[in-house]
Amino acid sequence: MNFSVNDCYTQMNLGDVILAYKGNISSDLITNVLEVIDAKLEDLVIKKSSKKKLYNVLVESLQNLYHHIDDLPDSYNGTFDVHFGIFVISVVDDYYKVSTGNFIRNNKVEGLKERLDKIKSMTKEELKELYKYILNNQEFSKKGGGGLGLIDMAKRTNGRIEYNFKEYNNEFSFFNLDVYV
Amino acid sequence: MESISIEGTSKTPTVNLNPDTGVIEIKGRSIPENSIEFYRPIVEWLDEYAKNPQKKTTVNVQLEYFNTSSSKCILDIFKKLESLKKARNEIIINWYYEEDDEDMLEAGEDYESIIRVPFKMIEIVE
Repeated sequence: MNFSVNDCYTQMNLGDVILAYKGNISSDLITNVLEVIDAKLEDLVIKKSSKKKLYNVLVESLQNLYHHIDDLPDSYNGTFDVHFGIFVISVVDDYYKVSTGNFIRNNKVEGLKERLDKIKSMTKEELKELYKYILNNQEFSKKGGGGLGLIDMAKRTNGRIEYNFKEYNNEFSFFNLDVYV
Repeated sequence: MESISIEGTSKTPTVNLNPDTGVIEIKGRSIPENSIEFYRPIVEWLDEYAKNPQKKTTVNVQLEYFNTSSSKCILDIFKKLESLKKARNEIIINWYYEEDDEDMLEAGEDYESIIRVPFKMIEIVE
């Protein structure tokens, strides 16, 4: 089956969508989205602690996108912004689903899969210990990322993370990450 | 030595560092994409302060949100405070968290266990 970003976006938009975006992921965009969400969260009738959890997961997933987006496959150059990503916040069953999508180079797929599977298999206590270990022992990159985003989201949601990779061509895949809050 | 006073934004916290009273305050949201830039002057200020600190330093941390990019910078601040304590200065760390915000309470406990300076956990009840 051929992969298309638009099909993927349509697929991600199924369900009760609160906010959906497709395009350039910039620092200003993240600021704007967070402001919109802040206002929307005010209206949601859920516990304040749940709102904060959702907001935290949103911050981490958007900033993960921001820090880790790879360049685009040639066929999309000119069609999309260079820093292209997708994200959708929706309600699915009893959860808020925060989905992100971005292109990733195929040589990074295996490593990321392994990392995600490892994180998904860990207990809350193990995640907490790993988080503390990385926080205390590893230098952060110049971009300010610390590789803690995925662990943080898993910790806050008890590992409710799903992912898939769709191969686009021999160079790129499309990475889709769903976190259920 | 000069005080530092930074007004908060939707992504960065309000910061007040006062060398005369020995009170250090960080409040609000800390969710910038790159925290290192924001926290650099604060860490540098603490290095300077450590040369001639007050007998008692009080630290009030009242964060509504912080991202993983900030978490390392916040640890750097606590590590400076840990050194101050090792140099036989009195350090009081007040960690504020909102009622029911277990994630924030846990975050405070995590820092406390890393730096081995006792935190006072203060629940804010609305």
